Amino acid sequence: MQGCGVVAVKRFFADLHLRLNVKDAAATLRVLSKAAELGYGLVGVSLAAETRADEISRLRGVCGEVGLDFVSRVDLRPRGQDDLMRQLRRLRRRFEVVCVSCESKAVARQAAKDRRVDLLSFPLLDFRRRFFDRAEAALACSGLAGLEVDVKPLLVLEGPARVRLLSWLRREVAVARSFGVPVVVSSGVSAELLLRKPREMVALGFLFGLDEVSALDAVSQSPVALVTRNREKLSGGFVAPGIRVVKEGKDC
Amino acid sequence: MKRVKRRYLALQLDSDGLPSGKEFINAIWGAVTKLYGEHGASQTSLALIDYDLEKKTAVLRTTLATLNLVRASLAAITLVAGNEAAVHVTAVSGTIKALHEKTR
Repeated sequence: MQGCGVVAVKRFFADLHLRLNVKDAAATLRVLSKAAELGYGLVGVSLAAETRADEISRLRGVCGEVGLDFVSRVDLRPRGQDDLMRQLRRLRRRFEVVCVSCESKAVARQAAKDRRVDLLSFPLLDFRRRFFDRAEAALACSGLAGLEVDVKPLLVLEGPARVRLLSWLRREVAVARSFGVPVVVSSGVSAELLLRKPREMVALGFLFGLDEVSALDAVSQSPVALVTRNREKLSGGFVAPGIRVVKEGKDC
Repeated sequence: MKRVKRRYLALQLDSDGLPSGKEFINAIWGAVTKLYGEHGASQTSLALIDYDLEKKTAVLRTTLATLNLVRASLAAITLVAGNEAAVHVTAVSGTIKALHEKTR
């Protein structure tokens, strides 16, 4: 390959949304081992806001043992804009990924324009409360938030409910792509039998209008870029995007 | 008439149960029909070429044009013969010989 001037780059796959019962160590290990076996390199585990630092480091250790890079994630369900701001102030620096479940338009708009929010998610079955429209996408593209699509409902729903969900997802993904908002496809599952290989997630992405490259980006490049950006921000030397302290002292 | 290009998929069934070959292919047909309807399913030319009950592996044939459609349908399978299950694609190839080489 290199002889032809083309370098094949192996993609690094990520699933940013695993719902694990972290108190059940055996089940947690089973799901994480399965994720590693299926080809993921990075997994995000949704944690409660009160999760202690030692629990997070224990999970990081478990992931390390099975060959996964662990990402701590919190899902916020604010009642209003003020509540969202309060929760972001309290939790932003404690978790590597912050996702906001937007259950009202005011929360959705505030979350989209706040640069501390990484992912936006919307109620799965209450279609009147899916607020990802052009205005939301315009705000999200000026902020840093991406649109998260969980595939679990596509696996467990059937009939008209799945048809309606696919129709909404197709519309939302088209809007996101036209505004350059990153789309992140995650599993959102808690059981190992609902986990799918990255290429299978790509295939499910075709159902809501992603082409092959965009679908591959949605399970590799977009989530990995998001985590890399946040880790840089949370690291000690970070000053501003592109500026970091490399050395401190009198001899500088 | 243009030759139809085929693709062979090596599958791994992940399930607690031991479904027969017929139950397995019925689950696949069911998933394709649910997602794409009878018209879509009729374009796939699905055929179960090989099924190993002990190893829970299978080889499935489809057309190149409907490969993505079949991949999405396989990913959507959650039940096989009444047991919770997942079907994973381990390799895709244009010939059975090359498929066996990939999966070896």
